[in-house]
Amino acid sequence: MKKLIANKEIDVNEEGYLVEFSQWTKEIGECIAGECDIKMTEKHWEVVEYIHDKYQKEEPLSIRGIKKSGVINIKEFYNLFPGGPLKKSTLIAGIPKPKSCI
Amino acid sequence: MSTKVKKMLFILSKATIENAYAAFVMANGARMEGIESEIFFTFFGLEAIQKKKLEHLHVATVGNPGMHIPTMIGGLPGMEALATKMMKKEMEKLDMPPIGEFLEILSDSGCKLWACKLAVDMFHLKEEDFIDELDGILTIGDFYNRANEEGCQLLFI
Repeated sequence: MKKLIANKEIDVNEEGYLVEFSQWTKEIGECIAGECDIKMTEKHWEVVEYIHDKYQKEEPLSIRGIKKSGVINIKEFYNLFPGGPLKKSTLIAGIPKPKSCI
Repeated sequence: MSTKVKKMLFILSKATIENAYAAFVMANGARMEGIESEIFFTFFGLEAIQKKKLEHLHVATVGNPGMHIPTMIGGLPGMEALATKMMKKEMEKLDMPPIGEFLEILSDSGCKLWACKLAVDMFHLKEEDFIDELDGILTIGDFYNRANEEGCQLLFI
């Protein structure tokens, strides 16, 4: 379905995740973050960059991976993206929701 | 996104690796969904939070029909160690952290870890026997008080 984000028509699934990563821009990420009551800071963007990097390399995301990432520790990750950090951060980063149980 | 389950409380009473992982995966999964979670370790479950024992948990090869090996063979020396080694290898493939690292992840994720006072006394354990991430030693009454809110579920493993 279509959703108007940052004045652009974007394809999203029923949970609001972007269907086409190519449609993602920083403004769109910022807008989605706003909907989740998250104010993006430099640290948030660093995490988004890390997620994009993983996505491009087709490496699955996990909380253990975050721990080893060197970008952020788990406590900070939960603080930055409250209410389910991997779910929220991937939503903002414009990539599919991770399917892993860990 | 709102959810009806707000908090999951797990009671881990067994020391087999599959039971410990069941509790850990569910407690971690809850946190990842924005649900609060806590684990109460009691009886043999205490093995999973003792510094000296947590890396030596085994899968049960006797009395475990899921293993599909005859009980007498399951009881041979070395069988538990072998089955455990194989299971750990498979888990590593899925990027499942070892017990110690998993406990660190849980603690960092905001999952509370409690030891059962009665079982601690029964096994003559002391606070220094436990991992640093332990949040405290509670009576079952204390633990029930933590469940005393709407949207809270208790699960015995």
